Amino acid sequence: MKARVTISLKPGVLDPAGRAVHHALEGLGFRQVSDVRVGRVIELDVAAGTTEEQVADMARKLLANTVIENFRVELL
Amino acid sequence: MKSGVVVFPGSNCDRDLMTALELVTGTKPVALWHADTEIPADLDLIGVPGGFSFGDYLRSGAIAARAPIMHEVAAAAERGTRVLGICNGFQVLTEAGLLPGALMRNEGLDFVCRDVALEAVSTDSPFTSLYQPGETIRVPVAHHDGNYQADDDTLDRLEQQGQVAFRYAEPVNGSARDIAGVFNENRNVLGLMPHPERMVEAAHGGADGRRLFEALLAALG
Repeated sequence: MKARVTISLKPGVLDPAGRAVHHALEGLGFRQVSDVRVGRVIELDVAAGTTEEQVADMARKLLANTVIENFRVELL
Repeated sequence: MKSGVVVFPGSNCDRDLMTALELVTGTKPVALWHADTEIPADLDLIGVPGGFSFGDYLRSGAIAARAPIMHEVAAAAERGTRVLGICNGFQVLTEAGLLPGALMRNEGLDFVCRDVALEAVSTDSPFTSLYQPGETIRVPVAHHDGNYQADDDTLDRLEQQGQVAFRYAEPVNGSARDIAGVFNENRNVLGLMPHPERMVEAAHGGADGRRLFEALLAALG
Protein backbone atom coordinates (compact mmCIF):
# COMPACT_ATOMS: atom_id res chain seq x y z
CA MET A 1 0.00 0.00 0.00
CA LYS A 2 1.25 3.46 -0.81
CA ALA A 3 0.67 6.83 0.76
CA ARG A 4 1.50 10.13 -0.83
CA VAL A 5 2.24 13.30 1.11
CA THR A 6 2.15 16.50 -0.92
CA ILE A 7 3.92 19.38 0.77
CA SER A 8 3.50 22.98 -0.32
CA LEU A 9 4.56 26.33 1.06
CA LYS A 10 1.83 28.16 2.92
CA PRO A 11 0.18 30.99 1.01
CA GLY A 12 2.04 34.23 1.60
CA VAL A 13 5.39 32.56 2.31
CA LEU A 14 7.94 33.84 -0.16
CA ASP A 15 9.16 31.09 -2.50
CA PRO A 16 12.50 32.11 -4.04
CA ALA A 17 12.79 28.82 -5.96
CA GLY A 18 9.28 29.23 -7.37
CA ARG A 19 10.13 32.76 -8.47
CA ALA A 20 13.29 31.57 -10.24
CA VAL A 21 11.34 28.82 -12.03
CA HIS A 22 8.72 31.41 -13.01
CA HIS A 23 11.40 33.67 -14.53
CA ALA A 24 12.88 30.72 -16.42
CA LEU A 25 9.47 29.80 -17.83
CA GLU A 26 9.03 33.39 -18.98
CA GLY A 27 12.45 33.16 -20.59
CA LEU A 28 11.20 30.15 -22.57
CA GLY A 29 8.27 32.20 -23.81
CA PHE A 30 5.54 30.83 -21.50
CA ARG A 31 3.84 34.14 -20.85
CA GLN A 32 0.59 32.71 -19.48
CA VAL A 33 2.07 31.82 -16.06
CA SER A 34 1.25 34.29 -13.28
CA ASP A 35 2.85 32.49 -10.31
CA VAL A 36 4.87 29.34 -9.50
CA ARG A 37 5.10 27.57 -6.15
CA VAL A 38 7.59 24.72 -5.75
CA GLY A 39 6.62 21.95 -3.33
CA ARG A 40 7.60 18.37 -2.59
CA VAL A 41 5.92 15.00 -3.00
CA ILE A 42 6.91 12.11 -0.73
CA GLU A 43 5.67 8.60 -1.51
CA LEU A 44 5.68 6.01 1.26
CA ASP A 45 5.24 2.25 1.12
CA VAL A 46 3.19 1.53 4.22
CA ALA A 47 1.65 -1.52 5.89
CA ALA A 48 -1.90 -2.41 4.91
CA GLY A 49 -4.36 -0.76 7.26
CA THR A 50 -2.24 2.34 7.81
CA THR A 51 -4.62 5.23 8.34
CA GLU A 52 -4.60 8.71 6.89
CA GLU A 53 -4.20 10.06 10.41
CA GLN A 54 -1.06 7.98 10.99
CA VAL A 55 0.50 9.38 7.83
CA ALA A 56 -0.59 12.89 8.83
CA ASP A 57 1.21 12.32 12.13
CA MET A 58 4.40 11.49 10.18
CA ALA A 59 3.95 14.68 8.19
CA ARG A 60 3.49 16.83 11.30
CA LYS A 61 6.45 15.28 13.12
CA LEU A 62 8.97 15.19 10.27
CA LEU A 63 7.93 15.33 6.63
CA ALA A 64 6.59 18.89 6.69
CA ASN A 65 7.63 21.95 8.65
CA THR A 66 4.21 23.31 9.62
CA VAL A 67 5.71 26.71 10.43
CA ILE A 68 6.00 27.36 6.70
CA GLU A 69 4.41 24.39 4.92
CA ASN A 70 0.99 22.80 4.43
CA PHE A 71 0.58 19.13 3.58
CA ARG A 72 -2.04 16.83 2.10
CA VAL A 73 -2.17 13.06 2.62
CA GLU A 74 -3.54 10.55 0.10
CA LEU A 75 -3.76 6.79 0.56
CA LEU A 76 -3.32 5.11 -2.82
CA MET B 1 32.36 26.98 32.34
CA LYS B 2 31.86 23.48 30.92
CA SER B 3 30.59 23.13 27.40
CA GLY B 4 29.68 20.41 24.95
CA VAL B 5 29.33 20.53 21.18
CA VAL B 6 26.90 18.25 19.37
CA VAL B 7 28.33 16.37 16.38
CA PHE B 8 26.00 15.11 13.66
CA PRO B 9 27.06 13.29 10.49
CA GLY B 10 27.82 16.22 8.19
CA SER B 11 28.65 18.77 10.89
CA ASN B 12 31.71 20.69 9.76
CA CYS B 13 32.04 23.62 12.17
CA ASP B 14 32.13 21.50 15.32
CA ARG B 15 35.91 21.77 15.68
CA ASP B 16 35.88 25.51 14.93
CA LEU B 17 33.35 25.98 17.71
CA MET B 18 35.31 23.77 20.12
CA THR B 19 38.50 25.67 19.32
CA ALA B 20 36.84 29.05 19.92
CA LEU B 21 35.28 27.85 23.19
CA GLU B 22 38.59 26.47 24.44
CA LEU B 23 40.45 29.62 23.40
CA VAL B 24 38.09 31.91 25.28
CA THR B 25 37.06 29.77 28.26
CA GLY B 26 40.28 27.82 28.78
CA THR B 27 38.30 24.59 29.08
CA LYS B 28 38.13 21.99 26.36
CA PRO B 29 34.53 21.21 25.35
CA VAL B 30 33.28 17.64 25.16
CA ALA B 31 31.89 16.25 21.92
CA LEU B 32 28.29 15.02 22.11
CA TRP B 33 27.51 12.38 19.48
CA HIS B 34 24.12 12.66 17.77
CA ALA B 35 23.09 9.11 18.71
CA ASP B 36 23.87 9.55 22.41
CA THR B 37 20.95 9.43 24.81
CA GLU B 38 22.71 11.16 27.68
CA ILE B 39 24.42 14.51 28.15
CA PRO B 40 26.79 15.19 31.07
CA ALA B 41 24.64 16.85 33.73
CA ASP B 42 27.22 19.52 34.60
CA LEU B 43 27.36 21.25 31.21
CA ASP B 44 26.80 25.02 31.30
CA LEU B 45 26.58 25.40 27.54
CA ILE B 46 25.60 23.15 24.63
CA GLY B 47 26.74 24.22 21.17
CA VAL B 48 24.95 23.03 18.03
CA PRO B 49 27.45 23.69 15.23
CA GLY B 50 27.30 24.61 11.58
CA GLY B 51 27.57 22.21 8.69
CA PHE B 52 25.30 20.10 6.55
CA SER B 53 23.90 17.62 9.05
CA PHE B 54 22.48 14.54 7.33
CA GLY B 55 23.25 16.14 3.98
CA ASP B 56 20.53 18.77 4.44
CA TYR B 57 18.12 16.06 3.26
CA LEU B 58 14.41 16.87 3.50
CA ARG B 59 15.07 20.36 4.91
CA SER B 60 18.21 21.83 6.46
CA GLY B 61 18.37 20.60 10.05
CA ALA B 62 15.18 18.51 9.81
CA ILE B 63 16.72 15.08 10.34
CA ALA B 64 19.23 16.27 12.93
CA ALA B 65 16.42 17.87 14.94
CA ARG B 66 14.93 14.37 15.44
CA ALA B 67 18.25 12.72 16.43
CA PRO B 68 18.29 11.08 19.90
CA ILE B 69 20.68 13.68 21.38
CA MET B 70 18.15 16.43 20.67
CA HIS B 71 15.75 15.04 23.29
CA GLU B 72 18.53 15.64 25.79
CA VAL B 73 19.33 19.09 24.40
CA ALA B 74 15.66 20.05 24.68
CA ALA B 75 15.51 18.75 28.25
CA ALA B 76 18.68 20.66 29.15
CA ALA B 77 17.29 23.84 27.58
CA GLU B 78 14.12 23.36 29.64
CA ARG B 79 16.31 23.19 32.78
CA GLY B 80 17.94 26.49 31.80
CA THR B 81 21.19 25.23 30.27
CA ARG B 82 22.44 27.69 27.66
CA VAL B 83 22.17 26.41 24.11
CA LEU B 84 23.91 28.11 21.18
CA GLY B 85 23.02 27.09 17.61
CA ILE B 86 25.15 28.51 14.80
CA CYS B 87 24.19 28.31 11.11
CA ASN B 88 23.05 24.70 10.60
CA GLY B 89 22.73 24.61 14.39
CA PHE B 90 20.19 27.47 14.18
CA GLN B 91 18.29 25.49 11.53
CA VAL B 92 18.34 22.43 13.80
CA LEU B 93 17.02 24.41 16.79
CA THR B 94 14.11 25.87 14.77
CA GLU B 95 13.30 22.44 13.34
CA ALA B 96 13.38 21.02 16.89
CA GLY B 97 10.94 23.68 18.06
CA LEU B 98 13.42 25.18 20.54
CA LEU B 99 13.33 28.46 18.62
CA PRO B 100 10.47 30.05 16.65
CA GLY B 101 10.39 30.49 12.88
CA ALA B 102 12.10 28.69 10.02
CA LEU B 103 15.18 29.16 7.81
CA MET B 104 14.33 29.08 4.11
CA ARG B 105 16.34 29.24 0.89
CA ASN B 106 18.15 32.60 0.50
CA GLU B 107 16.04 35.11 -1.39
CA GLY B 108 18.69 35.43 -4.13
CA LEU B 109 19.02 31.61 -4.33
CA ASP B 110 22.80 31.89 -4.03
CA PHE B 111 25.00 30.43 -1.32
CA VAL B 112 26.24 33.52 0.54
CA CYS B 113 29.77 33.32 1.95
CA ARG B 114 31.32 36.58 3.15
CA ASP B 115 31.78 38.85 6.14
CA VAL B 116 28.61 40.83 6.86
CA ALA B 117 27.71 43.74 9.11
CA LEU B 118 25.40 42.85 11.99
CA GLU B 119 23.55 45.07 14.43
CA ALA B 120 23.45 43.87 18.03
CA VAL B 121 19.80 44.30 19.07
CA SER B 122 18.92 42.71 22.40
CA THR B 123 21.97 42.73 24.66
CA ASP B 124 20.16 41.62 27.79
CA SER B 125 21.23 37.98 27.56
CA PRO B 126 24.13 35.77 28.65
CA PHE B 127 25.25 35.63 25.00
CA THR B 128 25.13 39.29 24.01
CA SER B 129 25.78 41.25 27.22
CA LEU B 130 29.19 42.50 26.04
CA TYR B 131 27.79 44.18 22.92
CA GLN B 132 26.23 47.65 22.96
CA PRO B 133 22.63 47.91 21.72
CA GLY B 134 22.78 49.17 18.15
CA GLU B 135 26.49 48.41 17.81
CA THR B 136 27.64 47.19 14.39
CA ILE B 137 29.94 44.18 14.30
CA ARG B 138 31.42 42.15 11.43
CA VAL B 139 31.03 38.37 11.40
CA PRO B 140 31.12 35.93 8.47
CA VAL B 141 28.12 34.08 7.08
CA ALA B 142 28.25 30.93 4.93
CA HIS B 143 24.83 29.56 4.14
CA HIS B 144 22.26 28.70 1.49
CA ASP B 145 19.22 28.52 3.76
CA GLY B 146 19.45 31.55 6.02
CA ASN B 147 16.29 33.37 5.07
CA TYR B 148 14.52 33.69 8.42
CA GLN B 149 10.74 33.59 8.19
CA ALA B 150 7.90 33.52 10.69
CA ASP B 151 4.33 34.82 10.67
CA ASP B 152 3.78 38.50 11.47
CA ASP B 153 2.41 37.81 14.96
CA THR B 154 5.53 35.82 15.83
CA LEU B 155 7.83 38.51 14.40
CA ASP B 156 5.97 41.22 16.37
CA ARG B 157 6.26 39.18 19.52
CA LEU B 158 10.00 38.55 19.01
CA GLU B 159 10.60 42.29 18.63
CA GLN B 160 8.38 43.30 21.55
CA GLN B 161 9.89 40.73 23.92
CA GLY B 162 13.50 41.48 23.08
CA GLN B 163 14.07 38.11 21.42
CA VAL B 164 15.86 39.51 18.37
CA ALA B 165 19.57 39.10 19.11
CA PHE B 166 21.08 40.33 15.83
CA ARG B 167 19.90 41.92 12.60
CA TYR B 168 21.72 42.14 9.30
CA ALA B 169 22.90 45.71 8.70
CA GLU B 170 23.12 45.02 4.94
CA PRO B 171 21.12 42.87 2.48
CA VAL B 172 22.16 39.21 2.91
CA ASN B 173 19.42 36.63 2.39
CA GLY B 174 15.94 38.17 2.48
CA SER B 175 15.25 37.42 6.15
CA ALA B 176 12.05 38.87 7.57
CA ARG B 177 12.85 42.14 9.35
CA ASP B 178 16.55 41.46 8.66
CA ILE B 179 16.67 38.98 11.53
CA ALA B 180 20.02 37.18 11.82
CA GLY B 181 19.60 35.60 15.26
CA VAL B 182 16.85 35.01 17.83
CA PHE B 183 16.47 33.93 21.43
CA ASN B 184 13.80 31.73 22.97
CA GLU B 185 11.52 33.42 25.52
CA ASN B 186 13.86 32.72 28.44
CA ARG B 187 16.90 33.88 26.43
CA ASN B 188 18.86 30.77 27.37
CA VAL B 189 18.73 29.52 23.78
CA LEU B 190 20.25 31.53 20.92
CA GLY B 191 20.31 30.64 17.25
CA LEU B 192 22.08 32.72 14.62
CA MET B 193 23.15 32.23 11.02
CA PRO B 194 26.47 34.17 11.21
CA HIS B 195 29.56 32.41 12.59
CA PRO B 196 30.97 34.18 15.68
CA GLU B 197 33.40 31.26 16.16
CA ARG B 198 35.12 32.27 12.92
CA MET B 199 35.91 35.77 14.24
CA VAL B 200 37.67 35.26 17.57
CA GLU B 201 41.31 36.24 16.97
CA ALA B 202 43.34 38.66 14.86
CA ALA B 203 44.30 35.95 12.38
CA HIS B 204 40.60 35.67 11.48
CA GLY B 205 40.60 39.30 10.33
CA GLY B 206 38.72 40.47 13.39
CA ALA B 207 37.52 39.40 16.80
CA ASP B 208 33.94 40.71 16.95
CA GLY B 209 32.65 37.20 17.57
CA ARG B 210 34.89 36.69 20.58
CA ARG B 211 32.75 38.82 22.89
CA LEU B 212 29.86 36.39 22.51
CA PHE B 213 31.99 33.66 24.10
CA GLU B 214 33.44 36.09 26.63
CA ALA B 215 29.91 37.07 27.63
CA LEU B 216 29.04 33.40 28.19
CA LEU B 217 32.19 32.94 30.27
CA ALA B 218 31.29 36.01 32.34
CA ALA B 219 27.74 34.72 32.87
CA LEU B 220 28.60 31.10 33.54
CA GLY B 221 31.99 31.38 35.25
